[in-house]
Amino acid sequence: MTTILEKPRDAAPRTTDALLYLDAVGVSFDGFKALDNLSLVIEPGEMRAVIGPNGAGKTTMMDVITGKTRPDTGTVLLGGVHDLTRLDEAAIAQLGIGRKFQKPTVFEMVSVEENLVLALAGRRGVRATLFHRRSAEEARRIAEILEIVKLEDRRPEPAGALSHGQKQWLEIGMLLAQDPSLLLVDEPVAGMTDAETEMTADLLRRINVDHTVVVVEHDMSFVRALGVKVSVLHEGSVLAEGSLDQVSADPRVIEVYLGR
Amino acid sequence: MTRKPILFRLMAPHIAPAVLALVAAAALVPIANLVFPADHPLHVPTGTVVLLGKWLTYALLAVALDLVWGYCGILSLGHGAFFALGGYAMGMHLMREIGPRGVYGHPVLPDFMVFLSFEELPIAWWGFDVFAWAAFMALFVPGLLAFVFGWLAFRSRVTGVYLSIITQAGTYALMLAFFRNELGFGGNNGLTDFKDVLGFSLQADGTRAALFALSALALAGGLLLAQAIVTSKLGLVLVAIRDAEARTRFLGYRVERFKLFVFTLSAMMAGLAGALYVPQVGIINPSEFSPANSIEAVVWVAVGGRGTLSGAALGAVLVNWAKSFLTGAYPEAWLFVLGFLFVAVTLFLPKGILGALRSVRLGRRARAAQATSAQPAEVRG
Repeated sequence: MTTILEKPRDAAPRTTDALLYLDAVGVSFDGFKALDNLSLVIEPGEMRAVIGPNGAGKTTMMDVITGKTRPDTGTVLLGGVHDLTRLDEAAIAQLGIGRKFQKPTVFEMVSVEENLVLALAGRRGVRATLFHRRSAEEARRIAEILEIVKLEDRRPEPAGALSHGQKQWLEIGMLLAQDPSLLLVDEPVAGMTDAETEMTADLLRRINVDHTVVVVEHDMSFVRALGVKVSVLHEGSVLAEGSLDQVSADPRVIEVYLGR
Repeated sequence: MTRKPILFRLMAPHIAPAVLALVAAAALVPIANLVFPADHPLHVPTGTVVLLGKWLTYALLAVALDLVWGYCGILSLGHGAFFALGGYAMGMHLMREIGPRGVYGHPVLPDFMVFLSFEELPIAWWGFDVFAWAAFMALFVPGLLAFVFGWLAFRSRVTGVYLSIITQAGTYALMLAFFRNELGFGGNNGLTDFKDVLGFSLQADGTRAALFALSALALAGGLLLAQAIVTSKLGLVLVAIRDAEARTRFLGYRVERFKLFVFTLSAMMAGLAGALYVPQVGIINPSEFSPANSIEAVVWVAVGGRGTLSGAALGAVLVNWAKSFLTGAYPEAWLFVLGFLFVAVTLFLPKGILGALRSVRLGRRARAAQATSAQPAEVRG
């Protein structure tokens, strides 16, 4: 498996120190501009919140970064060297970008533990998985993650039997197991109780200790609880950037959120 | 907790008894047929041996189909094509075995080629006088077709009902092609009038008993291989693909490669089943490619229980037993029964016979567990 530090042979010279670098990215669907000249820079180790009204392009941005959607224009670089616009989902995931979806998507028919086994970093080939034997190190990692996401006692149950909040945590646990250098988290607290929301904020802060995290969220109190730099998206580009207090004082942001 | 060793995984409660039963049948049925005299109560008549052997090759086809459909969610409506191709490879060898003993007595050309005034053996028939080549081709040709088809289809992310329709169209196209005389595979009549295999007469009881035993062992081997695959981490990835394909991609798995692997392997298993089928029934013709055959195989798997392997084999045997009974007793009723069976299983036994039995057992165990530890279960909510 390649890592982001490994430079691909045909790469252009490194031009940025940013972990994730989006410049002038444009995506349009049948004439509708989902992303319009979007530029965003995420530093290594940073946690960034991305907010914006419905249709601002948050999910499309995630799709572009993870290879699901190919942008019409612009540059998307990981670690300054990997051109993400030329890679597919599996290759980008193997480079170390993990994604948590808005709707919790865990593998419902297999056990909580097996969900983590699937996510665990390691070789992803047909032969490697066919002859895979779980090592003591992997077993230790799984036990550790089950503890972090508080699902130890649900370990053998099918993931489909978990509550909504628990599925969200399992999915975060799967991201931890993947051990990506960059985590994209789409609306992690949608549909959660207050207590669950609080625990999720704790979880993300803990993850941020050694992972770079981008969180897309609607819930302002949650963004406040995270206490990180915020990018406001509007009509497919970045409208404002700064602390939550700074951007909420920005008249353009107020216009977008309240002016309609 | 590490992954269990391979031998332990193969001892799963629904696989081990089936494998043992098959191995026992491979030994005992030929004895019952050959050793006991015809009036002995334990004697199994040759007709029954041949019928059972045929069902076992269907069961192997069902296991192959269950591997792709039950575990990876690829509903192939054209698996009969791989079965038929394996059958044709074996049939071509059996034709060459006839040699100069044909009706026209040509030293090389099979009867149908003499009749259709072929000058020489078509290039596709090269090497089929050698048994090993035919056996190799019975696996290689279905595998190659599945690989090329899968490479194109899975890479372009054709899934679900679209994939099913293409597989159905594929087997139909092959049927039309094999109906043509100039293709050189016997056209409408196919390949038949086989005499012997490896020097043993196909009409002899001993040969038929041996073919039965081989079919039983092939099915046992197929079950073990499939079980080893579905209990490996690769099997886990297959289930993940079945249940959430996009999510599996975002975890870094190249979904198309896993599908290609399991689809190709499954086609080769189906080819082996076809190669064992042909010497037992004594004929292979283009109707084996008919779409209805492939759909019937899907019914077997659904009835037995998809995603259970041994259930698929059981379904194949049960449905064919019902078919041979009904087509004898009430010939006009069979198609209605088949249709009713499919509807009834879908409505009342969505997990099939084995799946339903397993749910009952799991339910009983869960109730027992709840009775002993009611307290923690409540706390967990």
